[in-house]
Amino acid sequence: MTVAVFFGCAFIAFGPALALFIFTIARDPLRVIILIAGAFFWLLSLLLSSLVWFIAVKASRQEEATAQKGLLIFGVMFSVVLQEVFRFAYYRLLRKANEGLAAISEENLSPISIRQMAYVAGLGFGIMSGAFSMINILSDSLGPGTVGIFGDSQYYFITSAFMTLAMTLLHTFWGVVFFDSCERNRWWAVAVVLSLHLLVSGLVSPSPSHRSRAVRTHNTCADKRP
Amino acid sequence: MGPQAASLVLLTLFFACNGVNSSSVQQKIYVELKNTFPCVRLLNATHQIGCQSSISGDTGILHVLETESDLNWVLSSGPNPPYLVLMDAQYFNRSTMMRFRDSMRVAGVVLVIPKSSPPQGFSPHNSCPNQGTGVYSKNYGPELADCNTTVWNPLGDGLSYEDFNFPIFSLHEDNDTDIIRKCYQDHNVGVNNSAPQYPLCAMQLFSHMHAVKDTVTCMRRTDIQSRFSISPEIVCDALTDYNVWASIRPLNNTAKGHLNGEKLVVAATRLDSRSFFWDEAPGAESGVAGFVTLLATVQALRAVTETAPTPNNILFVFFQGEAFDYIGSSRMVYDMKNGKFVIDLDNIHSLIEIGQVALRRDSKLWLHSDPVSRKNSSIESEVKKLVSNMQHAGAGLRFSLDEPGVTQPLPPSSFQRFLREGVIPGVVLADHQSAFNNRYYESLYDNAEYLNVTYPPNLSPEEQLEFVTNTAKDVAEVATLVARSLYIQAGGEKANLPSINADPKMVTQMLYGFLVQPNNSWFRALVAPDVVQKLGPRPLQYYIGVHDKSDPIKTSTRIIQYILANFTGTVTNLSQSQCQHPENLPGESKDLYSYLWVQGPVAPNSTQGEGYCIRAPVRLSRAVSPAFELQDYGSKDYSTWAESRWKRINARIFLVASRDLEMLTLGVGVGVLLVSLLVTYFINAKADVLFSSSREPSSTAY
Repeated sequence: MTVAVFFGCAFIAFGPALALFIFTIARDPLRVIILIAGAFFWLLSLLLSSLVWFIAVKASRQEEATAQKGLLIFGVMFSVVLQEVFRFAYYRLLRKANEGLAAISEENLSPISIRQMAYVAGLGFGIMSGAFSMINILSDSLGPGTVGIFGDSQYYFITSAFMTLAMTLLHTFWGVVFFDSCERNRWWAVAVVLSLHLLVSGLVSPSPSHRSRAVRTHNTCADKRP
Repeated sequence: MGPQAASLVLLTLFFACNGVNSSSVQQKIYVELKNTFPCVRLLNATHQIGCQSSISGDTGILHVLETESDLNWVLSSGPNPPYLVLMDAQYFNRSTMMRFRDSMRVAGVVLVIPKSSPPQGFSPHNSCPNQGTGVYSKNYGPELADCNTTVWNPLGDGLSYEDFNFPIFSLHEDNDTDIIRKCYQDHNVGVNNSAPQYPLCAMQLFSHMHAVKDTVTCMRRTDIQSRFSISPEIVCDALTDYNVWASIRPLNNTAKGHLNGEKLVVAATRLDSRSFFWDEAPGAESGVAGFVTLLATVQALRAVTETAPTPNNILFVFFQGEAFDYIGSSRMVYDMKNGKFVIDLDNIHSLIEIGQVALRRDSKLWLHSDPVSRKNSSIESEVKKLVSNMQHAGAGLRFSLDEPGVTQPLPPSSFQRFLREGVIPGVVLADHQSAFNNRYYESLYDNAEYLNVTYPPNLSPEEQLEFVTNTAKDVAEVATLVARSLYIQAGGEKANLPSINADPKMVTQMLYGFLVQPNNSWFRALVAPDVVQKLGPRPLQYYIGVHDKSDPIKTSTRIIQYILANFTGTVTNLSQSQCQHPENLPGESKDLYSYLWVQGPVAPNSTQGEGYCIRAPVRLSRAVSPAFELQDYGSKDYSTWAESRWKRINARIFLVASRDLEMLTLGVGVGVLLVSLLVTYFINAKADVLFSSSREPSSTAY
């Protein structure tokens, strides 16, 4: 809409993440590294899932709306599963790293605990997921127009911003719960996280915003493939 | 290796993945309008005219202008200025546009071009066209200057020559206008005459022009850029194209200057037209009728000049850019004066110019001449002889030919530029006795329909090409008149006159191609293969335009060149490569003729014609105002018209939200940010109080 909406939505979507980053992560370089690596892992999972979706779309070669919609739902679910798989992979990596950090420290104690790493990793996943959802919408919110000429709601930007905020915080919580239940081998808790993630993605998927976002994220990463 | 490289890869991937596709949200917001015709900025020695938008476009709330109360809404009572006005043709006049210009509440205007022309007439051109660059001034016929005796274009309100600081676009009635009207009806019409609620439908127009003030300024800036910048930003271009000329007997193109012992009769007409909007100039009565008549004249003279040639040569000239202070004719006269053309002004025996000829009233045609030069007795006798020759030639045709009978200046015509340099006997043939019969002079509505070039609805395009309209018959008669007159003027025998007839079939084919559909089988067979691709679905427009490196000669000029070649030339059996380089072939002379490769008729089951080489005494001569050659950009004697350059011209519609909602969003955002900063700070500071020591033995404090 204008610069006011741009800043408003940016603050809504990334304000809490920024606050968490400033006060809990920025001081400790190790946490910063774990955050960024977590974001990278999320990005990898999205890359892989978009590759699969891209192949599926090319293989189906159909222009029907229902087939495309079915493929999209499949794509979203596969993406969610892959994100959780990569979260698990990151957990294994961090555990290995933890042993290494303990070995090189002076007191044979790792300077960071698994719980803290879980929180930071979750936040990394959340920030990247939020950025991917929100940046396109933010850049379009700078122009003079707002959504609505084809009948969509004019509160599209604000709702997207709040959704991004929710997903960021959810990813953080899921990170903590996931790592903790992996530590204690409580696999039912892992299944709960996975099913909650699927539920949230499924709830927002039918909305045109998420569908466009999902297609867009899949398209952007798939098109940039060499 | 490790986290630094990982973060670098991450960032590159992020930016790489993100930069590509931001269009799906944009598609929800904006509807781009295609097929818009903007009004652009033109500059001359002292003024700028036309329209301009700001560099990031002009946005306004859409309002459809249908009644007087709408006008009040836009100008004073509407609560959400600025407005972008969508209007029909009835409000597109000087008074309304001046009120918009003076108001601060108008962001732009979009004109919806109706299917039928306004019945009261409309001409955005001046009422006295080309006032300062004709022959009449305070030194030459001062009582005739400045339209003191006759106002040639009484319906002209001069709208094309005003300067607007908001963009003005035009649209045809099609799907896009339906979308615009629907958006307006859904969002901008208040219930029960109250103010409409947000979100409102708005439109944004982009037509930022780079040149300002006048040609002197913009050429100076262009010169500075070209000299000192690595990638120069050119801000304006001179209006330029080519004149087309041909002669019955070929003239040696390398022998410039005075041609000893030759006296030629010159037949002239104009090629171009203009309107308020850029590149929209159907120019039916003001341009097309004239040059189609002259083309038919050339064809009519062909047979007789081969069997019974005239003592004097005849030169046919088609001038380009006459709507803009006589660009083409001033350049040709300048070249003649300075010995850069194949003939001299002294070589001209007499001149017949074809003005606007297709709208005769009461079957009368008029011969205009210059009263000031006729005060000279020898010129007077020559003109009298010319008039009587023409009247003799017109005997037996279905109209009467007369002089206007009052002391009246010449209408705006290329002949005036010749008279500026010396007295030449000549007349201008027109269908109007005093003021123009053309009620849509230099406007969008001067089209095929106005000339009654219409076809019965059930004809296929090929049948339409062959169908002889009444207008074609009338124009063919005028061409017959001109052909016979030229034959007599050039010294031909009056006994041969009945054999000189213009062919109505040829005329109707030309009128169809130039006014309705250029992509027809006759044009395709006549022109070069690379011109065939440019014969678009849209009718040809006759605005002169600027020099474009990829397209140096206008398509319409090239079509006329090829038709003229067909009418005056002979088919040779040279191959395509020989056609391009005929210098060393025996019997061929590039000095006397030009050699053109044309596509030829296309067989029904193939896409390309056979192609053959035509040798014709047809040439192009550059039509750039002498002011640009002399670099005298502030010249008062020559045309100084230039067109500004621009980067982006488009239009789009979308909804805008209220200012309150935007501020609310910003407020909520700032609130969320502050709250989260505060909460995080406090929780972090009191973490050891809030969270008891962990159960993990290896954990450390936060």
